Amino acid sequence: MKGNMKGITKGTTKGIMKVFVYGDNVDTDVIIPARYLTTGDPAHLAAHCMEDIDPGFSTTVKEGDVVVAGWNFGCGSSREHAPLALKAAGIACVVAASFARIFYRNAINIGLPIIENAEAARDISPGDAIDVSPEAGRIHNLTTGRIYQGEPPPPFIMEIIQAGGLLQRLKNCH
Amino acid sequence: MGQTITQKILAAHAGATRVKPGQLIEIPVDLVLGNDITAPVAIREMEKAGLHSVFDPTRIALVLDHFTPCKDIASARQCAEVRSFARKHGVTHFYDVGAAGVEHVLLPEVGLVAPGEVIIGADSHTCTYGALGAFSTGVGSTDMAAGMARGMAWFKVPQAIRVVLSGAPGAHVGGKDVILHLIAALGVDGARYQSLEFSGDGVAALSLDDRFTIANMAVECGAKNGIFPVDSRTEAYLAGRVSRPWIAFAPDGDAAYAREVDIDLGSLEPLVACPHLPSNVKPAREMGRVRVDQVVIGSCTNGRLSDMRKAADILRNRKVAEGVRCLIIPGSMEVYLEAMEAGLLADFVKAGAVVSTPTCGPCLGGHMGVLDKGEVCVSTTNRNFVGRMGHADSQVYLASPETAAASAVAGHIAAPPEGGHRAS
Repeated sequence: MKGNMKGITKGTTKGIMKVFVYGDNVDTDVIIPARYLTTGDPAHLAAHCMEDIDPGFSTTVKEGDVVVAGWNFGCGSSREHAPLALKAAGIACVVAASFARIFYRNAINIGLPIIENAEAARDISPGDAIDVSPEAGRIHNLTTGRIYQGEPPPPFIMEIIQAGGLLQRLKNCH
Repeated sequence: MGQTITQKILAAHAGATRVKPGQLIEIPVDLVLGNDITAPVAIREMEKAGLHSVFDPTRIALVLDHFTPCKDIASARQCAEVRSFARKHGVTHFYDVGAAGVEHVLLPEVGLVAPGEVIIGADSHTCTYGALGAFSTGVGSTDMAAGMARGMAWFKVPQAIRVVLSGAPGAHVGGKDVILHLIAALGVDGARYQSLEFSGDGVAALSLDDRFTIANMAVECGAKNGIFPVDSRTEAYLAGRVSRPWIAFAPDGDAAYAREVDIDLGSLEPLVACPHLPSNVKPAREMGRVRVDQVVIGSCTNGRLSDMRKAADILRNRKVAEGVRCLIIPGSMEVYLEAMEAGLLADFVKAGAVVSTPTCGPCLGGHMGVLDKGEVCVSTTNRNFVGRMGHADSQVYLASPETAAASAVAGHIAAPPEGGHRAS
């Protein structure tokens, strides 16, 4: 994890992340409403991220925080502005029971770490402190002590992540 | 084990005789699409990555349709960026105001889609083209950038859900009711990472416009694509539009499917998807009296000529109820012109509706019909998520053009025959 941990509650150590917990079917219209898509500016998108379902998100989120959600996270529109908004808001990783497919590939392509883990998504509660290692597919809930070990991403996906995104990989291979 | 239609198309593009579900492949694409929201991000990403040329200017389609005619200075700037990119690279299929329509109505109409092709679009409803037997799917702006630069895309080969259609739809039942029924049956993520492959003798009973509507909303149950077999109605649609050679792929007799869903088209009735999920479906006649502030008829889902005709048949010689704003949006200039020549636009205006230039506008709460707090809209569009068409406390009900038109006349959500009340 490269996540910058500054801003986390006093007394925490590197690797401890605050969580924002949401339910199922969090769609891209609520992650970033279309009325803000007249620009691709990451700071502008971050300022309005999640505002229709969680108006306090953009003012309380800190660099290195984690979003935890249920099934089908990121369903709806293909707007890459959604993972961009979360990334620009400082979200270090999204943990969900499952991801809608366009959001999944957009997150990988732009380098927003994600982990699919239904058990962790069900168990993690607001207020828990967690530590995530997306490249290892591992989530550690420091509050409950539970460790969730899922599959690491397949080699092809790992290649995109390690290159720093799809376009970087494209440049490297051709 | 045999292959599905989608697997065969992907295998043909991979230069292989077969592909396996779950396999990750990188294949050439036949067309890359973007619009005034997603293309600017892709253009900037290309430039940032130092990718200064496009793989083939004849295989890129850029359509200015979402916030156009431009709603404000910021959206005008985004359109200007796309315009200048199109000019710089000599992009053949660039559609500006006057030629543009809602992208997924426009592209098939102008012959940019043929059976067996692979099309990616930085718009989730790119899956619409499965109606013509193409593999098409929505991607993000970075995928679009990679596609424009290199003509390639990566995919995980999907399994398919086989949707077997039988019978024929009754009066006032169309593609929208078929897909709402299917989304309700599967749930909003019931087809995640999978194809919907339509089959059965019921396919022949569906017009191409119905098939476009059905394939369009495949993404609303999480599907990667929705695909129809090619038949004589498909060939009739393609005649005069597509002159290049194309291949119609049929599934193998022993193709493996994740599951099978049967739909008797004759048993369906007009349906409505209630807030805030497309799967929250009820029969229109059981809705009670849900008061309506606005009705929208149009979009990539239901903005084609037959949709306009169905709406006009209900609105002709009737009046939109007092207190209801009824917006009609033909999906393309071709639809607009045909609707005008057929006298449909006059029917709309006489009924008290307004007719807009083609735009995605209100569907995504962009412009031309944004909802205020507490307002209720019946819309022929595809999503009824929180805040989709405006204020987070507004409500969107999805329905067919007939149900939407009937609701406009009644002033509350109504099944089509109920809209038959004559104006006094």
